[in-house]
Amino acid sequence: MNQQEGYADDVVKGFITWSMVWGLVAVLVGVLVSLQLAWPQLNLPPYLTYGRLRPIHTNAGIFGWGIGSFMAFFFYITQRLTRTPLWSPGLARFQLYLFNVVIALAAVTLALGMNRSKEYAELEWPVALLVVVLWVIFAVNIIMTIVKRKEEQMYISLWYILATLVGVAVLYLVNNAGIPVSLTKSYSAYAGANDANVQWWYGHNAVAMVLTTPPLAIFYYFLPKSTGVPIYSHRMGVIAFWSLIFMYLWTGAHHLLWTPVPDWVQTLAMAFSIMLIAPSWGAVFNGYFSMNGQWHQMRENYLVKFLIFGITFYGLQTLQGPSQAVRTFSAFIHYTDWVPGHVHMGTLGWVSLVLFAAIYYTVPRLYNTEIYSVKLVNLHFWLAVIGQLIFSITMWIAGVQQATMLHATNPDGSLHYSFMETLIELYPYWHGRALGGIIYLASMVIFLYNIIKTANGGRLASAPERA
Amino acid sequence: MLEKKPIILLLLATAVILVGTIVTMVAPFKWINDPKLQLAGVKPYTPLQLEGRDIYIREGCNNCHTQTVRPLLADVERYGEYSKVGEFVHDQPFLWGSRRTGPDLARIGGKYPNAWHYRHMEDPQSMVPRSNMPKYAFLKKQLDSRLTEKKMKALGFPYTHADLAALQGKTEMDAMVAYMQKLGNDIPWRKASQVTVTGDMKNPYQDDKTVIQEGKALYDKECAQCHGADLKGGVGPALADIDKPDAEVFKSIYAGIESGGMPAYGESLGKDRVWKLTTFIKYHQGK
Repeated sequence: MNQQEGYADDVVKGFITWSMVWGLVAVLVGVLVSLQLAWPQLNLPPYLTYGRLRPIHTNAGIFGWGIGSFMAFFFYITQRLTRTPLWSPGLARFQLYLFNVVIALAAVTLALGMNRSKEYAELEWPVALLVVVLWVIFAVNIIMTIVKRKEEQMYISLWYILATLVGVAVLYLVNNAGIPVSLTKSYSAYAGANDANVQWWYGHNAVAMVLTTPPLAIFYYFLPKSTGVPIYSHRMGVIAFWSLIFMYLWTGAHHLLWTPVPDWVQTLAMAFSIMLIAPSWGAVFNGYFSMNGQWHQMRENYLVKFLIFGITFYGLQTLQGPSQAVRTFSAFIHYTDWVPGHVHMGTLGWVSLVLFAAIYYTVPRLYNTEIYSVKLVNLHFWLAVIGQLIFSITMWIAGVQQATMLHATNPDGSLHYSFMETLIELYPYWHGRALGGIIYLASMVIFLYNIIKTANGGRLASAPERA
Repeated sequence: MLEKKPIILLLLATAVILVGTIVTMVAPFKWINDPKLQLAGVKPYTPLQLEGRDIYIREGCNNCHTQTVRPLLADVERYGEYSKVGEFVHDQPFLWGSRRTGPDLARIGGKYPNAWHYRHMEDPQSMVPRSNMPKYAFLKKQLDSRLTEKKMKALGFPYTHADLAALQGKTEMDAMVAYMQKLGNDIPWRKASQVTVTGDMKNPYQDDKTVIQEGKALYDKECAQCHGADLKGGVGPALADIDKPDAEVFKSIYAGIESGGMPAYGESLGKDRVWKLTTFIKYHQGK
């Protein structure tokens, strides 16, 4: 059927495959760094130390797994919602090659210590420049396809896609501005508190434009596709869209509460972070209300299970995030393990669960097969959810405990615990976090196996049920 | 209506994104660059310090260490004077970090003597038992200074050719320690926060041998790495045969000895525990 429409789906397959590979790398390196925190002797200097591996973990996760699969699904969704084949399949194929070159280069250069130090913008300028090329050709291809579309109406997913394309471009260009000294070394164009403020405007809106709007585009497309009933309210989606992309940009400085960045910037960030609950939950409610009369599908349809758990974690994430953006609570938990706990509910819970659903939906259709094993899908689901919950809950407890100890004082006002006394208490939690990560890694392996088997011919002949 | 006009939607979305961007990202430059916030004593990095900073960046130290002290009791008592905007004007990039797996380093300069840093970088657990910091012994290799001059020029930092020549024979570790010792030291906060110990300086535990056990536990945790498990010295001087009066010992621990590289422990340990430590050092077994 896809051939009839002339859709460029080979490149979608390519991006899905490679994003899964990089996703596995991200989780694998994540498990390794979590073990290094608990057992420092696992650091192998100079290339495999925590300091060099952690950026590889975050870059493989955000850019390899996240952006890679978003590219797949933006191509997939855009062609179908516009009823138009991709503007340039050749350019998209080139983009796939370049994407893999960039991610591989990123991993190698980071291991070699070529690192600009700014979080999620670590890549040295030649690699960052390739990222810009990658994004431009991607954006042109999608926008041209939309311009030449045969379906006049643009569904909400396309709105989120367009916002992502322009948002990421603005953020990336501004925060990566630098002064090159050599091919492998550059300095940030900004200094001190200015650099910090630019960085967290970027850092937090990478959460908006990479970890929120693309998964929302995917969620809004695949939830109705999976349930067979339309989304509850287009209008609510539109209102949430505009308020989300308006408010997000004000909130970066909530990463900088109590730092030398001007107080009024911090206060605005705090206020807008609280206000963000409304548009975030607009999407959550849109998801839930779309399930009216369809909740039985949570039992029967594993795609729905992934999507609704995903949007639920998004809902929890967007309540927890604003609470952390309040000065008093930030004073307590910032710089502790609470924050990695929060981040991983978003990445392992929200973003990844939605991506898993999209991959389970598309792969059988792209390869004209049926899913290899529904049992393995369910096993994957539960291991992923349990692994993620062990990870996040362990880190929340660890963060609260360390914060309590760090702030504890004696009757005479002196500190009750030294820094090391608070650190040694974290070891058991770090073991727990590593366990959560290993369970999640196991779920990823099962997922990959199931998808490979599905692509190579599909369903177990004898399996009776179809979910 | 916008459902049918992708280009207008794209432009409108860009405009919407730019509102918050201009207010909270572009405008603050004006506030942060306010000349009134400049601090006279804040100096650019020397070639050696800058190379140390670049090694700090290369090794990703900022993944575990922050460099900004918040104006909160626990931060100020643990790390020192809270950070000022004017202290960071030469920091391209900023290195404030986002997670304190290890302690904040904004005020590390001058806290410990160089020898402490060399030992700690080489084998962190030898100075801080049960630390989870990786070993950085591999930094004891020749510093590559081929780009140093270009770097100083790119950042507009002053330097002399003698500075550059002095890099010959330095190791990466030398550069790293030079950088550590610069951090947070451009404002005279140590002097300003120097405690003058006054009042009743009588050791409340002078005749109370029951606190020696507690004092020893404190000593093992806080002091043994520099003064030796047996008080025979190491990075710091031997204490086994110290014959200073109790009040002197108390003062050294409480307020530190800046010229000797002895950190002040008063704010983190409190008066009571410093007296217990004093009692252990003065009246431990074998005295």
